Amino acid sequence: MFVLSCLLLPPNALAEHSHSPLTNILSPESTPAKSIFNLSLFVLAITGIIFAVVFTLLVYSISKFRAKSASANSEPAQVYGSTQIELAWTIIPILIVVVLFLATARVLHAVQDAPMPANAVEVTVIGHQFWWEYRYPKLGVVTANELHIPVSDPAHPTPTFLQLLSADTDHSFWIPELAGKTDLIPNHPNRMWMDPQHTGIFLGQCAQYCGTQHAKMLLRVSVDTPEDFTEWVREQRRPAIADERVVAGKRVFETTACINCHSINGTVANGRFGPDLTHLMSRTTIAAGAAGNTPENLRLWIQDPDAIKPGSLMPAMKLSDADLDAVVKYMETLR
Amino acid sequence: MSSNTITIPALQVHEKPWVDLLHQWVTTVDHKRLGILYIAYALVFLVVGGVEALVIRIQLMHSHNDFVSPQVFNRMFTMHGTTMIFFVAMPILFGFANYLVPLMIGARDMAFPRLNAFSFWLSAFGGLLLYFSFLGGSGLYGAGDAPDVGWWSYAPLAARAFSPGHSSDYWTLSLLASGFGSIGTAINIFATILCLRCPGMKLNRMPLLVWLNLVMAGMVLIAITPLSAAQIMLLIDRYLGGHFFDAQAGGSAVLWMHFFWIFGHPEVYVLIIPCFAFMSEIIPVFSRKPIFGYPVMVAATVCIAFVSLSVWAHHMFTVGMNSYANSFFTITTMAVGIPTGIKIFNWIGTMWGGRIQFKTPMLFSIGFLFQFLIAGLTGIMLACAPFDWQLSLSYFVVAHFHYVIVGGILFALFGAFYYWYPKMTGRMLSERLGKWHFWLFVIGFHLTFDVMHIPGLLGMPRRIYTYEPGRGWDTLNLIVSIGAFIQAIGILVFVWNLINSYFKGAEAGNDPWDAWTLEWSTSSPPPAYNFATVPVVESRRPLWDLKHPEDPDSQYE
Repeated sequence: MFVLSCLLLPPNALAEHSHSPLTNILSPESTPAKSIFNLSLFVLAITGIIFAVVFTLLVYSISKFRAKSASANSEPAQVYGSTQIELAWTIIPILIVVVLFLATARVLHAVQDAPMPANAVEVTVIGHQFWWEYRYPKLGVVTANELHIPVSDPAHPTPTFLQLLSADTDHSFWIPELAGKTDLIPNHPNRMWMDPQHTGIFLGQCAQYCGTQHAKMLLRVSVDTPEDFTEWVREQRRPAIADERVVAGKRVFETTACINCHSINGTVANGRFGPDLTHLMSRTTIAAGAAGNTPENLRLWIQDPDAIKPGSLMPAMKLSDADLDAVVKYMETLR
Repeated sequence: MSSNTITIPALQVHEKPWVDLLHQWVTTVDHKRLGILYIAYALVFLVVGGVEALVIRIQLMHSHNDFVSPQVFNRMFTMHGTTMIFFVAMPILFGFANYLVPLMIGARDMAFPRLNAFSFWLSAFGGLLLYFSFLGGSGLYGAGDAPDVGWWSYAPLAARAFSPGHSSDYWTLSLLASGFGSIGTAINIFATILCLRCPGMKLNRMPLLVWLNLVMAGMVLIAITPLSAAQIMLLIDRYLGGHFFDAQAGGSAVLWMHFFWIFGHPEVYVLIIPCFAFMSEIIPVFSRKPIFGYPVMVAATVCIAFVSLSVWAHHMFTVGMNSYANSFFTITTMAVGIPTGIKIFNWIGTMWGGRIQFKTPMLFSIGFLFQFLIAGLTGIMLACAPFDWQLSLSYFVVAHFHYVIVGGILFALFGAFYYWYPKMTGRMLSERLGKWHFWLFVIGFHLTFDVMHIPGLLGMPRRIYTYEPGRGWDTLNLIVSIGAFIQAIGILVFVWNLINSYFKGAEAGNDPWDAWTLEWSTSSPPPAYNFATVPVVESRRPLWDLKHPEDPDSQYE
């Protein structure tokens, strides 16, 4: 039954590589995920053989040695054990364990202890209830929820190394097609890396239970060509656009509690409790991936965050309709 | 006439049969009654925890479902996990140990009958305390709420900043109370086995069930104490300004994980070893052969117990330990597979060349063997730390441990129910309903937990109250939920069988299975004193010797 159920895997599960964003650990797109995938094939082969042998023995013994009515009243030969057989089924498993351990230790060391090359992109990831903060210390970029990293050419790898921190509870960073997961734990900095070899969007989400909205703490990684990435960095480093037409919305934003939590570069807003909004419109989603970044969703989110993400820590701002429209208009200019 | 007798005026004594019955059960110190109390109490919580599981499965039937709010969902999986581990699995296994150990070693009761009663009522109080949180969790204003921090209650989520109110305090106190109960019972089982064996019952003649419960009791003593210590530290953090787990004040969130899992992993073996014990009694009787390799089985159990104390951090491969620590916990975890594999081979060796009778207890035992094999193999996958970085915290690991707990522990328990119910009540459970129960449960189990591995491979994390459409998770989750309901129907058949057979089941007699251990030599149910004369044994199978005086076991040992 278990084996049969493996056939239920969607047909694209084992495809070479799918470009529609999926979260399948069996279609790895980056060295750590590929090493793990290759190890998993080896482990699956060994466990598969063990399963086949023991399963056969079990099925054979329950079908061959079922009681027949003719012999119902007599007892079979009373056998108490055999030292040779016990030794055989002790030593063979020990050998299997040694082989499995050596294969595992090799991958473990290769992935976990990989040195960081000088040209690596460094990103500090800070987990918050219930969103992701990304800071590129060498590039001077601060953004949220949608990570941009350059594609890595296998001939000249430019891996991305993530420093993982937490501002509150435990979280876990997991993009299944790029790497295994690593936890973000307060006061316990962790590290992981990835070197995606194809451009595109890669999805994932927080894997360590972190509170009410653990489910909607989604991850979205955009793997860009080196040119696109450079362009993206250049755009992100600009201060916010000051558009005269939305000065009313800007005023509302700057005179309410919004600025306690949010930053907009080049204005008085410099809170760090919520996502940086300087280039909000460069992102395709809001609320850590819970909704698309459309004016309607933005309006709903500012008016009543619980309607999109119940338990989110952003308070309902209780703005008048006019103020709400003005703020949404202002947000729409933050490209 | 001098009088040395006192004339008692004719008192009007009112017969109160129900009150008397209740009084007898509440004040009992009899190991058999306490065993049945443990089991009955655990069955009630099995149904409660099962309903919580069904709420979870309804919510996850399709993406963006809003059957329950995220807050309620988080309480449901926290309560489901806590209930099933601490208030179903542990008490039900303690119940069987309580009932069977003295009978199997020819004793008249446990070593400390009053401690036994105290431990049971402490555990029972713990369960009630946990569920009182539904009313009092917010400190008695408003509707209250249950704990929602997951059954690991990881720091700092359990700190006051993130868990205001008292819901997680109820969790802490209930585990503290039931933990002391567990320690009391473990001491009792340990002392009983070492001190109260009947004449001739040397350690190497004890039935395997007794041996394995001895190991289990030792492990409870080692495993529960760090959990209790951690609960006290958590209370100090929450109420006395301590900083054990408060990362912002120099404490460590990882410390809590170590404390929890140094309890949590041995706990898995605390639960599975008594189930190995059931298998080691049931499989020989229905194969009509003695257990294959008795000394090896004992050695393998002791080996599992020792090695399992050094594997806990395989629950923490994603926490960011260094590669040496990860390697260490990889090899120790894989090493546990060796003695466990030996056990499976010995059970097959027991069936080999036997005359296997497929009565319901044996059906569940065979189900156990198949499922425990698969659970062990997915366990090997999870032991490979890099593979674990992908599988851990996903639905794959949820499927894996339910394979152990439902496919292994629960199947073994069902086998034990069908096997020993006649001894406990004097009536046989219905074989016809038993087969319905078995097949419904097998189908439901495999539909749920085989399929559940796949969303894990497709990147679905555990403990999410809803998920995005378009990830390929919808159909799989629907199948998983359907399986859960088939299992629920199986449980209803089982409960009906337990109730109906109590009144209408066939008379069992002393020894319905033609078995070999001492509990089958006394009446069903046994009298309060168990044995009219204390038995004397000369081999591991005293009743075989009695039934086959021409070819007794004692000749070969």
